[in-house]
Amino acid sequence: MSIQKTYEEINEKIRRGEAVVLTAEEVSQMALTASPEEIAEKVDVVTTATFGAMCSSGAIVNFGHANPPIRMEKIRLNGVPAYEGLAAVDTYIGATACDPENPKYGGAHVIQDLIEGKDIELEAWGKGTDCYPRKHIKTIINKETVNEMILFNPRNAYQNYNVAVNSTAQMKYTYMGNLLPHMRNATYSTSGELSPLLNDPEMKTIGIGTRIFLGGTQGFVVWPGTQFNTSKPKNEHGVPVSNSATLAVIGNLKEMSSEFLQAAYYEKYGVSLFVGIGIPIPVLNADIAKCVSIRNEQIETTVCDYGVPGTPALGRVNYAQLRSGEIEVQGKKIRTAPVSSLSKARKIADLLKKLIQSGEFEITKPIQMFPTNTSLKSLKEQPPLTPPKEGN
Amino acid sequence: MQKKRYVLKFPPQSGDQPFSYHLVKDFDIRINILRAEVWPGKTGSLVLELEGTSDNLKQGIAYLKENQVSCEPLNKKITWNEKRCISCGNCTAVCFAGALQMDPVNWELQFDSEKCIVCELCVPACPLNLFKIDFRE
Ligand code: SF4
Ligand code: SF4
Repeated sequence: MSIQKTYEEINEKIRRGEAVVLTAEEVSQMALTASPEEIAEKVDVVTTATFGAMCSSGAIVNFGHANPPIRMEKIRLNGVPAYEGLAAVDTYIGATACDPENPKYGGAHVIQDLIEGKDIELEAWGKGTDCYPRKHIKTIINKETVNEMILFNPRNAYQNYNVAVNSTAQMKYTYMGNLLPHMRNATYSTSGELSPLLNDPEMKTIGIGTRIFLGGTQGFVVWPGTQFNTSKPKNEHGVPVSNSATLAVIGNLKEMSSEFLQAAYYEKYGVSLFVGIGIPIPVLNADIAKCVSIRNEQIETTVCDYGVPGTPALGRVNYAQLRSGEIEVQGKKIRTAPVSSLSKARKIADLLKKLIQSGEFEITKPIQMFPTNTSLKSLKEQPPLTPPKEGN
Repeated sequence: MQKKRYVLKFPPQSGDQPFSYHLVKDFDIRINILRAEVWPGKTGSLVLELEGTSDNLKQGIAYLKENQVSCEPLNKKITWNEKRCISCGNCTAVCFAGALQMDPVNWELQFDSEKCIVCELCVPACPLNLFKIDFRE
């Protein structure tokens, strides 16, 4: 009686061009009049998406060898420091990396310039070895000259996120935007009922190996993201009420587009990268149908005071309230503003829907599911291992 | 008679002084408040349209300046590079004049330059640096 579909059955339908695909917003609307069983029967795949600043992002680049070759032990890309501890000509350019002298142009901008095919100045130094005699190189690279460019983001697509306010008398400049004094504004960041991990809160369909839309092309979930936390409190709809699970994702940067990957600079904070991610959720059964039917008013999150160390919680609101433009926190009415792009997220969800409908994008069964009992450690300050020598 | 737009910026301690009363009574200037952002104990700003004889306007403005209120003609405007906008919403968080708002249906940024008081808060708030101050009249 109760419906149970397999990944393969759904893929068969995708190949035949018969799969019924809805976006997570569309299925939430449908759920107002249809039961989870009916949805499981009618709908095969639900697309979810997000387009927000994700600081824990970066790219692996292989420059190829010069003649004579150099073992790069210090690397600058348009002046931005890139990691030098990866063999001779591999590097990892982190999205938030920057030269303190030029804080508004960072790793994310290098990544965007690479995608757009722009020339980048590469300068590298090495000590010179028998097999890598060269000590310095200054040259131009771009998308065409390098061997590989791989986007590898250790922590993306947060499952829910705090709302930020600032109770102090000064403006606070944060990754959640510019927070006006005395709680005169509140910012929020997820795409709510369209957000990937809010539609599959227990990650029954998303795991290692899941094929996703990443930055304009196909990518993969490769691991639970860093700070993956399954022990955050959940509300009665099964949704964690603050930031919890995350994803590590990978994809071919050469195929990506700056329409879905955008460098950003936050005043007095630093550089970050807007990343567009879309995740298809197969509606295998009524249980999953119920999860993807979640609506903004059922997704709650925690309001935190970014003016105070430790960002203490001040209250709880839902995404319908956040989207209305005003929330109430401790009796005070506060204007809200998003800091991630819902219009872009919708574009991604629609695009992914079309790709699946046309048979260009199939769903994948995870090779391995995520852990279900993780929590977060914080960094404790310990006395140094060896006591400092006296007299210097 | 002349009609011109000005931006007034008040120092924090001036919140309670009846400037507009003096402008009207002492200098016979007609005032149209376009936008007001005055918070007690904080720098405030006001965009006004002042109408009066050229002499009276000069004297009224001199009076404001004597009282540490900066008064500049509103000859700058904010330009927005719409083509590159990703509609993230960061700028709407700081725009209290209501010039920058998210369209509640398609969630794209709408910029109504008529409402802009050129407070310039959106300039550093945009992570893509899409707002510029344009100084031409
Ligand atoms: S902050 Fe910049 S990119 Fe974001 S909506 Fe405003 S103008 Fe557009
Ligand atoms: S300058 Fe920017 S923030 Fe200030 S009123 Fe104009 S649009 Fe709004």
